[in-house]
Amino acid sequence: MTTPSQHATVATGVTIASARQAVLDAFRKLHPRAMARNPVMFVVLVGSVLTTALWIQALGGGGEAPAGFIGAISLWLWFTVLFANFAEALAEGRGKAQAAALRKARGDISAKRLREPHYGAAHDTVSSGTLATGDVFLVEAGEIIPGDGEVIEGIASVDESAITGESAPVIRESGGDRSAVTGGTRVLSDWLVIRLTAEPGGGFLDRMIRLIEGAKRQKTPNEIALNILLAAFTIIFLGVCVTLLPFSLFSVGAAGHGSPVTVTVLVALLVCLIPTTIGGLLSAIGIAGMDRMIRHNVVATSGRAIEAAGDVDVLLLDKTGTITLGNRMASAFTPAAGISPERLADAAQLASLADETPEGRSIVVLAKALYGLRGREVHDIAGHFVPFTAQTRMSGVDIPSDDAPARSIRKGAAEAIKAHIEALGVVFPPDVQRTVDDVSRAGATPLVVVENSEVLGVIHLKDVVKGGIKERFAHLRKMGIKTVMITGDNPLTATAIAAEAGVDDFLAEAKPEDKLALIREYQRGGRLVAMTGDGTNDAPALAQADVAVAMNTGTQSAREAANMVDLDSNPTKLLEIVEIGKQLLMTRGALTTFSIANDVAKYFAIIPAAFVATFPALGALNVMHLATPESAILSAVIFNALIIVALIPLALRGVKYTPMHAAQLLRRHLLIYGLGGLVAPFAGIKLVDMLLTALGAG
Amino acid sequence: MTGNGTVQIVFFLVALIALGLPLGAFMARVYKQERTFLDPILGPVERFLYRLAGIDAAKEMDWKGNAIALLVFNALGFLVVYGLQRLQHLLPLNPQAFGAVSPDSSFNTAVSFASNTNWQGYGGETTMSYLTQMLGLTVQNFVSAATGMAVLALFVRGLARHSTKLLGNFWIDLTRSTLYILLPLAFVFAVGLVSQGVVQNFAAYKTVTLVEPVVDANGVANLTQTLPMGPAASQIAIKQLGTNGGGFFNTNSAHPYENPTPLSNFFEMLAILLIPAGLCFTFGIMVKDTRQGWAVFAAMAAIMVPLLLLAAWSEQGGNPVLASQGIDQTASPNQPGGNMEGKEVRLGVTNSAIWAVATTAASNGSVNSMHDSFMPIGGAVTLFMMQLGEVVFGGVGSGLYGMLVFVIIAVFVAGLLVGRTPEYLGHKIEAFEIKMASLLILIMPLTVLGLTALALLSEAGRATIFNPGAHGFSEVLYAFTSMGNNNGSAFAGLGANTPFYNSWGGIAMLISRYWLAVPTLALAGSLAGKRFTPQGDGTLPTHTALFVGWLIAIVILVGALNFLPALALGPIVEHLHLTL
Repeated sequence: MTTPSQHATVATGVTIASARQAVLDAFRKLHPRAMARNPVMFVVLVGSVLTTALWIQALGGGGEAPAGFIGAISLWLWFTVLFANFAEALAEGRGKAQAAALRKARGDISAKRLREPHYGAAHDTVSSGTLATGDVFLVEAGEIIPGDGEVIEGIASVDESAITGESAPVIRESGGDRSAVTGGTRVLSDWLVIRLTAEPGGGFLDRMIRLIEGAKRQKTPNEIALNILLAAFTIIFLGVCVTLLPFSLFSVGAAGHGSPVTVTVLVALLVCLIPTTIGGLLSAIGIAGMDRMIRHNVVATSGRAIEAAGDVDVLLLDKTGTITLGNRMASAFTPAAGISPERLADAAQLASLADETPEGRSIVVLAKALYGLRGREVHDIAGHFVPFTAQTRMSGVDIPSDDAPARSIRKGAAEAIKAHIEALGVVFPPDVQRTVDDVSRAGATPLVVVENSEVLGVIHLKDVVKGGIKERFAHLRKMGIKTVMITGDNPLTATAIAAEAGVDDFLAEAKPEDKLALIREYQRGGRLVAMTGDGTNDAPALAQADVAVAMNTGTQSAREAANMVDLDSNPTKLLEIVEIGKQLLMTRGALTTFSIANDVAKYFAIIPAAFVATFPALGALNVMHLATPESAILSAVIFNALIIVALIPLALRGVKYTPMHAAQLLRRHLLIYGLGGLVAPFAGIKLVDMLLTALGAG
Repeated sequence: MTGNGTVQIVFFLVALIALGLPLGAFMARVYKQERTFLDPILGPVERFLYRLAGIDAAKEMDWKGNAIALLVFNALGFLVVYGLQRLQHLLPLNPQAFGAVSPDSSFNTAVSFASNTNWQGYGGETTMSYLTQMLGLTVQNFVSAATGMAVLALFVRGLARHSTKLLGNFWIDLTRSTLYILLPLAFVFAVGLVSQGVVQNFAAYKTVTLVEPVVDANGVANLTQTLPMGPAASQIAIKQLGTNGGGFFNTNSAHPYENPTPLSNFFEMLAILLIPAGLCFTFGIMVKDTRQGWAVFAAMAAIMVPLLLLAAWSEQGGNPVLASQGIDQTASPNQPGGNMEGKEVRLGVTNSAIWAVATTAASNGSVNSMHDSFMPIGGAVTLFMMQLGEVVFGGVGSGLYGMLVFVIIAVFVAGLLVGRTPEYLGHKIEAFEIKMASLLILIMPLTVLGLTALALLSEAGRATIFNPGAHGFSEVLYAFTSMGNNNGSAFAGLGANTPFYNSWGGIAMLISRYWLAVPTLALAGSLAGKRFTPQGDGTLPTHTALFVGWLIAIVILVGALNFLPALALGPIVEHLHLTL
């Protein structure tokens, strides 16, 4: 979790300082080489330069139109370019502060390189910059880990707040799924022996900094395609505007009066027609998408991965931790024949008093809730608690008593208890066996309670499906995304949980290789698959999946196989990732539609204004009743520039996403951005014209 | 519009769908190389042709192989037509002893017929020998149409297939289009037209004595008139069916020997749109989703019908300048009313309007009335129908593949709007597809606008503009719109048989045919190579009314944005001058 204050600055994004910086950057980005990357805005830049030259010529007295008019058009064309640059700079600026903080953590530090790869070996103190992959080094309490690596010895608490924003320290230890450490994080207690897995500069933190700064931002496939389409529109409109000059010359000759359209007006028309709204905001949208991921504490290795997330067809979700809470909870007691429920509950509670697992706690709580059995304190009972071991697969308590036979209470899996009492020469009661089977079938786990050799009954331990998850899956289904639950449970249990959680399909008794096979099968059918994972054994599946989200707590191999890392290590994050991916595309689509639809109104503003001198009858097309030809053209240009600024928030925030069928979504967005784009400029241009007239500038 | 006119329009559309559906199903069988009822007769002919030409009927090609075949075949066709015109004075079947056609006119005509444009800078009955007409022009009428249909068949296979490079074989699609579709249909239509009195002979022109002498401008009284003859019916059938439009006579289907009766007129109008409409259904069958075919058909019809009604309404409304002088143009039992200038009395306003809109919707270009004499709105409709890129029915084959390119653009933007990488019929639409589609939509407006500008700037271009003012502009715009879209119809009033218009027009026709056909094949190749993406709930359905509406909006918007300024300086200002 990011701290609230961090969230606030990142979410609103715009502070006075960052806005000032963005203004400066907007000018810096006027460099032709930077501009040439965006064909649409490059055309506007050329237009600005051209009209400026015409303005200077007009100042000299030989202009094609009054210098004031040319100057005003030129000024607003420059604004158009600057506004677009400003949007991009603003989007970049939001990540820059974060990158600066990260860079501080990364700075060159000294590292203790071990001569032998074990604790206690002699070490040399070297600069972290000289470390190479495979080097083994020691990090002790209070020191910063010099690079990404794998813990090979030791256990320590590590402060990872520099990358996750989470202030609570996490445990890192050798072996298992918590062996990966990130360069730039600080060891708080104990020590770790770490083998470096990434070259300095190629580590996780470095990658993250580059991503946030956008330096390595490559255009995503859809962005490339859209850029081509926008370039095509730009070329067409260039053709339309260039040919208007000869058309106008001929018309003037044919009509016998009026004067040909000026270059200034043609440039103004061109800039209004080419899709400047989307062209100006396109890169800001991409950067903001990346930024939104980071705000959700997800680091994607490429924009391509974010975009792919929007296309996902199948989500593979691990049951535990994603669909269900990590722990099972006691939900009912079913006593054996002839046993009162209270007795069963009492024995179950006694057996669980010392059991600190969430399951054990839940038994104590349930007994209290159902039968008013107050949780007794462990030390009040002069008993001997028997902890769970892998050999006995039971836990419980032995209570010696002076006046009665000693009570020996055990709880455990049905198989374990059965073996336990059969060893005592007692037959496992058939009614309890039936209960055990029923409980399994219902998707819960049965725990059998036995006192001495008498079977008391069964505790139902239920997987608790996370609140609201069913609704989220329903949303996903609406979006056309299929959810598949992966679980190690038997098919019976899996069926019941799948039904309760509302997933579309499940894979029971899954082994890691089954996951990989399932992903391949879906991909062969043309589906895009997303999954989350943390363990080393997830790595092959993560590498195969199209969108693979690794938990930050996971192993280094999982983090490297994935194309995204969730710093919060929250498996349900996948749902947000999908939404962000979709938002990214939708925002581009919305602004493209809006931009092109705008052109209709601009024609109605500029065409009559440009040719009314030649053909007065064309004044009939001035449906907005704009005051003068000059104010009409200027209004269209000003509207065109201001709309970029007006849409910066939308570009940065993204189009709001509501899960619904594709057709419904299309209808909605066409109404808002298509029809809206058609109508809005009529009102907007008229308003600007009225203002200009009021100011006497028309 | 009159009640009678409305009935005629509805009847025309119903007949179009009723005949287009079975024809579409039949054409699908032809392109899927399935058995048809014509196989017993044509099967041996087809196999003989392949043996003769050394074509392996089982061998398919990728898009490049097909594109090369297309270009080679069309280049040969061009050379034959050019040669026949240049050498016709040395060749037989030339009873009127016409001389060789000029090089620039021969170039223009050869390109025109090879590219399925059939722009005619010449007057047929005063220029071309029967041999040139039959061996050159009529043959091209068949094979240029078949070329368009073959490209479409290849393109549709690209959409129907996945994970392959092979699209089919151009030579086979070309042969089967000609043999199974165009020849039988043309035969039936030709017989039908002959029954209505369309001429079909090899006789020399007849000279008849006039009942009433005509005095010409020099005061010389003419007592006789020469009546042209020739094998007209056979050429007219295919010029209508194959969206060619090149008339046997100069006045095209306004000529009584080309189009003598209302019934022949109805047949010919139907023939203009029959194959383009039928191909929509063929497409649906070939991609195994007939709804897709209906969707494209619906989009085309929904663009054409309102514009048709607008044109018919405008023509029926008559000329306001005449009205202001007290001339009654309203329809009444005594007169059909409306703007009758340039229209045949036996055909009337409604049938002239239907024809004009159909011939410009399809890239046919045959006429039964003079578009130049339409009211500005009617004229603007014909211009605009072409400026949409000839995708509203369009040329046989080429119209549908043009429309499918717009579908790809529409799918792309709509896909972004719903937040998913766009896909069409299980193909992901990515950068290469958009690159080709963009190329396909930008070539036409650039060609048309660029050449119109060139004509207006050059002395040679301006020299033969005979009408003053905005109408003169409209005529030049119309000429290049027509040639730049392979339509072939013309506003009269422009002297187009000049080296300038012949040469640049020829270039426009070349560009609009081949610069579009080749990227279209490249697009098909790329689509066919894609892995199949199954449809899910997140996939945007492309057969719904919503999507059809979006497609229509894209087609209209792109067309309007490209040409609105030009239209404003031409027909729009003409209209405003008449009404204000």
